[in-house]
Amino acid sequence: MRLAVLGAGAVGVAVTELAEEYGHDVVAIADSTHAAIDEHGLDAAPALEAKAAGDPLGSAHPADVFETEYDVLVEATPTTLGDAEPGFTHVRRALEADRHVVLANKGPVAERYDDLRMLERESAGSVRFEAAVGGAIPILSTIEDCTPAAVRAVRGVLNGTANFILTRMAAEGLDYEHVLAEAQDLGVAEADPTFDVDGTDAALKCVILANVLSEGGVSLSDADVVGIRNVPPSALDLAAEDGKTIRLVGEATRDGVRVGPRLVPENGAMAVSGTQNIVQIQTRHAGDLYSSGRGAGGPETATAVLSDVGRLPPIG
Amino acid sequence: MTDECASGSSTPAPDAEGVETDGGIQAYTVRLELVDEPGELLRALTPIGENGGNLLSIHHERGNITPRGHIPVEVDLECAPARFDDIVQALRDAGINVIQAGPERYGEELSVVLVGHLVETDLSDTLSTIGHDVNASVVDLSLAAPDGMAEPSSARVRLAIDSGNAAAVLESLRELADAKDLCLVEPLVGGDA
Repeated sequence: MRLAVLGAGAVGVAVTELAEEYGHDVVAIADSTHAAIDEHGLDAAPALEAKAAGDPLGSAHPADVFETEYDVLVEATPTTLGDAEPGFTHVRRALEADRHVVLANKGPVAERYDDLRMLERESAGSVRFEAAVGGAIPILSTIEDCTPAAVRAVRGVLNGTANFILTRMAAEGLDYEHVLAEAQDLGVAEADPTFDVDGTDAALKCVILANVLSEGGVSLSDADVVGIRNVPPSALDLAAEDGKTIRLVGEATRDGVRVGPRLVPENGAMAVSGTQNIVQIQTRHAGDLYSSGRGAGGPETATAVLSDVGRLPPIG
Repeated sequence: MTDECASGSSTPAPDAEGVETDGGIQAYTVRLELVDEPGELLRALTPIGENGGNLLSIHHERGNITPRGHIPVEVDLECAPARFDDIVQALRDAGINVIQAGPERYGEELSVVLVGHLVETDLSDTLSTIGHDVNASVVDLSLAAPDGMAEPSSARVRLAIDSGNAAAVLESLRELADAKDLCLVEPLVGGDA
């Protein structure tokens, strides 16, 4: 497949670098201001080196990407809330041109799922978004394999930053502010950690899961979301005395989405440590399935994008 | 140990759980968890006799110690139905951990952690509200306030609830926590975990 990659952050860059290994060609990569395009297969290395050095990716305009011959648009621009722009417009343009779309961007899938599916129905192209939930961990493809109707609920630890903070607080007895500063030094937390520690990121992933289970109708405003800022070390201590710990757990069911700090068995599956993620897929006929692994990171998320590309049918 | 602590009432009804006998006496099973210390068993049995209960049998499961290091004890007793609630209350007042009292009651346990200004928002009112409105009974409370009562503190509350009632109890607890601006850390229920 010929890939056009929108977004030149960690995920977009890693998709571009790994595409060949997965048997695909990148014909374009763009950030918000510039693009590097070659319909015959882009030699991406010079563009990525230029970007890394602070120079423009290439001489083309990002809008030129849509005039290029490609098969799959990889939408890896930053997640935005509300109208999910500009990601949503990128997806619309690709689908209207009968191209496939693979998203790593959570915004359009969480906030405008029904619009997205409507565009897909009218297009020869398909939409996939494994990378938007749980990074490298195969979650949506597992649900797809089980058939969504046979899945009762999906629960999990879906934010590595919040999990890192809770894990360190429990292990060291340190308070939230202290551990957050450490996480920022290590690059585990952003300078503005709001999105992660207030549960928004985990909630977006759960909203996507709830949309898949319910065939749409859910957005972030429907989710009940509590973050971890108010969890003191003393709460983790009390949990530990009882053989438990606290994790920021997201739950997606057909009844809705909840994200909040929850008590889980200290040695149970949900109590993954550090930046690890885990999901529990509660099925009707097969009990619970668990998958854990890296829920974020450029190459990790890129593998989910490229696996999606591999699952797309030929257009025609 | 039949009649050891009895207060002189009626004939025992062998093998009569829940069956009404002469004079309206009924048999009940109470499950307790005792701390593994000398004298605990006697301390647990005394309130039964003092409140009109007649002991039928005691099963002291020393080999079946709980993860918290407690010893489960199953007590069969008989009493007038009107006295049964008093007996359970007397056990609780004596600090005995009642896991189950009679059929379908307190069949499950649920632990939650509450975080916030627990003392300023009247902890004792919070606990009695749980007892009255949430339809659960507080069996254990641990409070941690490492930074003093002026700062947010944490409490782990272990509740005995009716079997199958966890969702309703958690819903009531959420309302209570919201009303007092406390953060409720619920157990993750559902699935195998």
